[in-house]
Amino acid sequence: MATPSAGELEKRVEGNKTRDKLFAIVGLIATFIGMLTLAALLFDLASSGLARIKPHFFTSFPSRFPAQAGILSAWVGTTLVMIVTAVSAIPIGVGAGVYLEEYAPKNWFTALIEINIANLAGVPSIVYGLMALGLFVYQFNFGQSILSAGLTLALLILPIVIVATREAIRAIPASMREAAYALGATKWQTTSDHVLPYSMGGILTGVIIGLSRAIGETAPLITIGALTFIAFLPDAPFKAEFPFISFDWLWSPYSVMPIQMFNWVSRPQAEFHLNAAATGLVLMAMTLAMNAVAIYFRYRFRKRIKW
Amino acid sequence: MNLQEPKEPLPVDRPAIKAMDSSVFKPRSEKQHKDIFSVENVDFYYGEKHALKSINLAVGEKKATAFIGPSGCGKTTLLRCFNRMNDLVLGTRVTGQIKLEGKNIYDPDLDVINLRRRVGMIFQKWNPFPKSIYENIVYGLRIIGVSNRAYLDEVVEKSLRRAALWDEVKDSLQKSAADLSGGQQQRLCIARALAVEPEVLLMDEPCSALDPISTAKIEELIHELKDTFTIVIVTHNMQQAARVSDYTAFFYLGELIEFGETGKLFTAPEKRQTEDYITGRFG
Repeated sequence: MATPSAGELEKRVEGNKTRDKLFAIVGLIATFIGMLTLAALLFDLASSGLARIKPHFFTSFPSRFPAQAGILSAWVGTTLVMIVTAVSAIPIGVGAGVYLEEYAPKNWFTALIEINIANLAGVPSIVYGLMALGLFVYQFNFGQSILSAGLTLALLILPIVIVATREAIRAIPASMREAAYALGATKWQTTSDHVLPYSMGGILTGVIIGLSRAIGETAPLITIGALTFIAFLPDAPFKAEFPFISFDWLWSPYSVMPIQMFNWVSRPQAEFHLNAAATGLVLMAMTLAMNAVAIYFRYRFRKRIKW
Repeated sequence: MNLQEPKEPLPVDRPAIKAMDSSVFKPRSEKQHKDIFSVENVDFYYGEKHALKSINLAVGEKKATAFIGPSGCGKTTLLRCFNRMNDLVLGTRVTGQIKLEGKNIYDPDLDVINLRRRVGMIFQKWNPFPKSIYENIVYGLRIIGVSNRAYLDEVVEKSLRRAALWDEVKDSLQKSAADLSGGQQQRLCIARALAVEPEVLLMDEPCSALDPISTAKIEELIHELKDTFTIVIVTHNMQQAARVSDYTAFFYLGELIEFGETGKLFTAPEKRQTEDYITGRFG
């Protein structure tokens, strides 16, 4: 093809510029569709639920009378289940991610494991529920407890944590590892002194994304027997007498926020629907608060690490 | 010869070669010295690629040995064999022996951690940890459990002085290493390597990304350090090899073409290929 003439060239450049602008507009629209949907959802929830959000809503158990009903057992249940989930999923997920990235030999077997972890992230959550029902509830005899629920959700988010950990670790330049090894550091010293601290921001992001997914899960918890109506709290984790800490709450029956919501939505009375909307608002606030904590930590870690 | 790499042009008056005639740079060949590294029949493979072909050479103790040659000739590969840094690269294979004071470093019972403490390394791109200057230098000691503050302070000062960086950073030891200039960061990396008191210092093109002033500082440093340490330096810059080294090895396509006293190699090379390369006639 011959070189285009000056006039032809100008026309082509103009055409390219037009396409450039066109894409900017399409992208903007796409962004707004997402944002507007979220805003509309929030507005809808707030307009019907906001009136219900009063102190007694947080300190009351569910009730037959919509105006008196509260989410005490639900938010306590969600908090405790999330603690179990975080405490079990973070060390296992980060450990697996570090092992696969730093330690595991690269062969067909680890390649197979990798593919399977990626696939696990796509398994429907109710399947995890069925598996947990057989394993935790019956086989290990944990029953319909907070422990079973926390472990189930931990399994559910494990692939997310593992993949995020690996991505974060992979972003650390090889020169950092070389620097440590060249000074006579062992693999574990290199990992714990450099690789993990430098990738902490990314790992935390993955953990929070996982926990945000877990906090909204309903199906697997219904499968393993979460209660839809509960009017008592689990045992307190702190006691007045020795040894001061108690883990009895792990074995307690529970409900969680999305299940409480589901319960109220399925009632015929419109009054209960307001409660559901209010619960939704609180759940969203909890998720956003968790994200805020993650952003804060990420900022702290990034500030400390200057490349 | 047809090389894809752009050749490094030598100025017409060849100042490097001229410098060789001055007394300062006279090779100290008459003095007896012992060899610290001896490389015996080493072959190296990256997967199928045969990167080093039966290399034999000896590195003199407390001498500076330069490896020169066009990119891809194997000089960096050989350098990274000396502290087994190539172990970190997947799919590599070494045959033959590299002996450090008589002991083959590729023996299965050799402790590679210990080897790397004896054989430090400076990389082409400076790589300080994203920590303070102080923490960078003491890292090699922290990992063996040294925590005596007074001792660490002493090591920091000594290492920074040796790396000719002390005066520039003595008031900002707690500042991030990333705040330093490129040349300072590279000298910090040298100080960090010196802090563990290695016997050998491997330098992989330590100045290739530095400006001439920083380069001059590091070259001066190498001159001083070779009284205490054995230095092996890979460089693309032939004037640099001529200026800082006692011995020079010229590699081409994975083979050691010529190895000898720097003065001799640059003024009267034995092989045609060496002459072509150092006079810039390559390619």
